[in-house]
Formats: sequence, C-alpha cells, structure tokens
Amino acid sequence: MTDISLSPAHGPSRNWGKIALRWLLFTLLGIFALFYLMPLFVMVTTSLKSLEEIRTGSLVAFPREVTFEAWRTAWSGACTGIQCEGLRPYFWNSVILAIPAVAISTILGAINGYVIAQWKFKGANLIFSLMLFGCFIPFQVVLLPMARMLGMMGIAGTIPGLIFVHVIYGIGFTTLFFRNYYVSIPQELVKAAKVDGAGFFRIFWSIFLPLSLPIIVVTVIWQFTQIWNDFLFGVSFSQAGTQPVTVALNNIVNSTTGVKEYNVDMAAAIIAALPTLLVYVVAGKYFIRGLTAGSVKG
Amino acid sequence: MTEWLERHIPKMVLAPSFIAILVFVYGFIAWTAWVSLTRSRLLPKYEIEGIIQYERLFASPRFDTAMMNLFIFGTLFIIISMVLGLLIAILLDQKIRTEGVLRTIYLYPMALSMIVTGTAWKWIMNPGLGIEKMVRDWGFENFSFDWVIDPDMAIYAVVIAGVWQASGFVMALFLAGLRSVDGEIIKAAQVDGIPSWRIYSAIIIPSMAPIFLSAFIVLAHLAIKSFDLVIALTGGGPGYATDLPATYMYAMAFSRGDIGQAASSAMVMMAVVFAIIVPYLYSELRVKHD
Repeated sequence: MTDISLSPAHGPSRNWGKIALRWLLFTLLGIFALFYLMPLFVMVTTSLKSLEEIRTGSLVAFPREVTFEAWRTAWSGACTGIQCEGLRPYFWNSVILAIPAVAISTILGAINGYVIAQWKFKGANLIFSLMLFGCFIPFQVVLLPMARMLGMMGIAGTIPGLIFVHVIYGIGFTTLFFRNYYVSIPQELVKAAKVDGAGFFRIFWSIFLPLSLPIIVVTVIWQFTQIWNDFLFGVSFSQAGTQPVTVALNNIVNSTTGVKEYNVDMAAAIIAALPTLLVYVVAGKYFIRGLTAGSVKG
Repeated sequence: MTEWLERHIPKMVLAPSFIAILVFVYGFIAWTAWVSLTRSRLLPKYEIEGIIQYERLFASPRFDTAMMNLFIFGTLFIIISMVLGLLIAILLDQKIRTEGVLRTIYLYPMALSMIVTGTAWKWIMNPGLGIEKMVRDWGFENFSFDWVIDPDMAIYAVVIAGVWQASGFVMALFLAGLRSVDGEIIKAAQVDGIPSWRIYSAIIIPSMAPIFLSAFIVLAHLAIKSFDLVIALTGGGPGYATDLPATYMYAMAFSRGDIGQAASSAMVMMAVVFAIIVPYLYSELRVKHD
C-alpha cells in the first residue's frame, strides 16, 4: 500500500497548507464526481418531466411536476420504426438471448480453461494463443461471412442465431478467465486425484468446480455485460421483431416520425441500462475484476 | 479402450471450441481477406482481381475522412482518458475516507452500453435544449455549443462521450497500479524528506510503465472498435463527418450493398489492430522468456 499524505506536517504554517491542500483535493474529487454523475442525473430528471417542461425549463433543473408518462410510453408505446410497442418486447429478447448465451459460453470457458491449465498436452499452448488472439480481432472482419453462415444454417435473423454468435465470440474471453484462475491451482491436486482413481470429469466436478465460484461470478458478469450491451452483432444479425434492446433503443431515439420526445428517449435509455447498472451496483467488485482480467493478462 | 479414452478426453473436450475458433475466427478472416481482393459488389465473387478494392478504398474521400477521424478520435480519446484517469487515481490515493463511493461513481459509465452513453450525451449536447440553452438562460446570450451538428466539431463531441465512458476504467487500472508499488521504497523516500510530487513523478509513475501500456492497448482497441457510440451520438453525420472505419464498413456491408468495400475496410481495421496488438503481445512473451 502506498501511504502518502500530501505533505508531512511540520509546525502550524505547514498545517494550514495541509488543510488547504485537503480542501483542494476534495473540491477536485467533487468536480469529477459531478462530471460523471451529471449525465445520469440529466437522464433521470428529463425522463420525469413533461415535454412542455423540457422545452421551457433548464436541462439541469429538477422536474417541477413529476410524471411517469414517458416511462410508460418508453416501456410499452414508443415507436421503433413502424411498430409502436415500446421497449418491452426487445427487452425480453435481450433477456432470453443473454441467459443461454452467458450460460453456454461460461460452461465452455470453464471446461476449456480446465483442460488448458491442468491437462497440458502437446499443442495446448498454441491452441490457447490462437483462442486468445481471437479476442482481439475487430468483429467487422467476421460480419460478412457470419451473415452468410447464419443464412446457410437457417438461423439468420433469429434469436438462436444471435445466441450462437455470442457464444462463439465469447469463448476466447471465458477460456482466458478460467485458464488464468485454474493455472494457480497446484498440479499435484490432479495427480493425487488420478492416483486415487478419479477421472477427468470427476476431478473437474468434485475438485475444480467447488473452488470456482469467484471466477464463475466474474465470467458471468463479464459475459452478461458484453452481451446485454452489444450493438454490432444485434444490429447486423437481427430483423424486425428479434432485435435486442440496444438496437430498439437506437431505433426509438433515431426514429424520425412525429414529435421528438426527449423524455421518452431518456426513459428508454435508462430501461436499457438498468440490468447492467444493477449488476454493477450489486457486484461491482467482480465487475472490475473482469475488466482488469480482460486487459492485464497473466 | 477406456485407457485410450481417458488419455484423449482432454483433447476431445477442447476440440469443439478449437474447431469453432478455427472456422469462425481464422476461416472467416481468410474469407474476408479473399473477398477483399475480388470485384464483389452486392454478392460475393470469388475470382481474385488484385487490390482494386483497396485502391477504391483509399481513393474514397469518405474512407479518408473515416481514417482521419479514427486518428483524431483515437489520439484524443487515449490521451485525455489516460491523463484524467491517472489524475483521479492519484487524488483518490490520498487516503480518502469516501474512496469506495467515489470509485463507484467514477466507474459506473463502463457498465453502460455505448448506445445509452451516446443517447444521453446527444441530449445533453442538443443545441436547442441542452447545455447551449442552459448557459444562454444563465445570461450568456451568445454562448454556442453545437458540436454534434457542426461537421468540423462533431468528432470532438464523440471524444467527450468516449472519455466520459472509459476514463473511470483507466482510473481503476492506475489505482490498482499505485497500490502495488513497493511501500518500503516510498517510506524511505518520505523519511528522506522528498516531497510527495517528487515521489510520484520519480518513483511511483515510472514503475507503472506496464500499466500505461495495458491502458493504452485497451483504449486503442476500444477506439478502433468504436461503432455504437458514433451511431447513437451522431449517426456518422452530419453527412459523413464522424464516420469511423467501423461505421464505413457497416454502411458498405448492410446499406450500400458493396461487399468488396466492406471486406477491404474490415481488413484495414484489422491491420490497424494488429499494428498495435502484435508488438504488445510480442513484448509480453519476450518478457516471460527472459
């Protein structure tokens, strides 16, 4: 731990300097906090105002009269192009898309990581490098062939198609997470279990899985955030009716018909952001661990 | 038989994922590379014609704008996020009692979809009703802030939203780095009466070089892949003033029906990513062998 106060205290004049510095420090931190909070504040207050109040009032004012009308419209009445059913159907699309995609990619990552970390065979490291490298490609480079492949498989424009895509391009990261976690478990554990007659799956099931809760949480949160917030795959591989919530949000905001309802836009944006925000508030520690694990590889 | 099975189970378990990666990553890259060398338009053609698509690409003023924008956006986004992230990390490192709460506030944008970020900032920077109106209502009648609809300034509006989203993450990386510096050295320096700013600039920050590199890689990667943010904030406009290679590729692939251009621009994007990632991976691997 670094442990530095801004200046060592020597005598009363130093003390005044120290207090002034402390104030400066808190002021700066407060200004930064305002910078990060302001958009959220503006989104929430705007979503609670009437259009009339938005036109006449100030961007950063609290609503004079709180109305949930915009929220109702955003959830079940706003138009995404020609349909006007609000975000609700698309929100559920995202839910039924994210759950299997997260589950499958996490399970595959766990078993792959287990093999690569503990059952080394010739070429295992090469395979790992190739998988790792797949995490870094810009997905634009696979969009065109994937669109054709989904067509050939008969799942173009469907939710199973999107699940498939998210699983495929999630494996690299989930494998990386589990591999880095399992690599720190001593190999003697597997050797001892083998001597006792336990097989590949039994060792995984009764030794490794019970140790894995933290990394499962990290991986699930990472994958859920990625998949829920995805826009590129969603907009490329869905059609009317199967779009995930991010695509529907963008359609609501950028639809050109009728009066621009900024309060509805903001309510819709908050609805689309709520699940990942909730995860962040509840399990922020694991969220950060996933972020840093994804960027600083071991 | 069971022994053979037992010996080969690990490979068989890994095989499906490996084959999937081979086909859907490497096979698909090869497909895109191949098609980028053909005359494909609405439908892919497979006769190799050379580099005509790349010639078209680099002759296109729109792609030229997109590359320039990537350069401007990438540079500013990376530098500002790093400076801001480091500054906040150092401020937070001064034994602040409310550190946990502040950290949560600084980092939450990273949990949001870029579409949400873009939507929020589009509204905040709305020329008629956003910040511009707010400041005018305060009495500054001539204040103007219409970057999102100004072709010359719109890319800087994207930078603002991007920095807002990613700088907290850089802060978290740097904060972890500051905390991992050897405390003994710092204590020794303090005992010698070396001022704090000197301790930071001469001891702590230089020892965090690998974290700077990681942060740079992550931010560069984010910048090159930025697609959602531009779509939500400006839609690539006004005109194509805020096009990035990613939005150019998407427009060619899905609305202009020009597969050849889509494939070649995707390959250029990959080349840019490689130019940044490969030296990094190479240096990482070399360090481990030493």
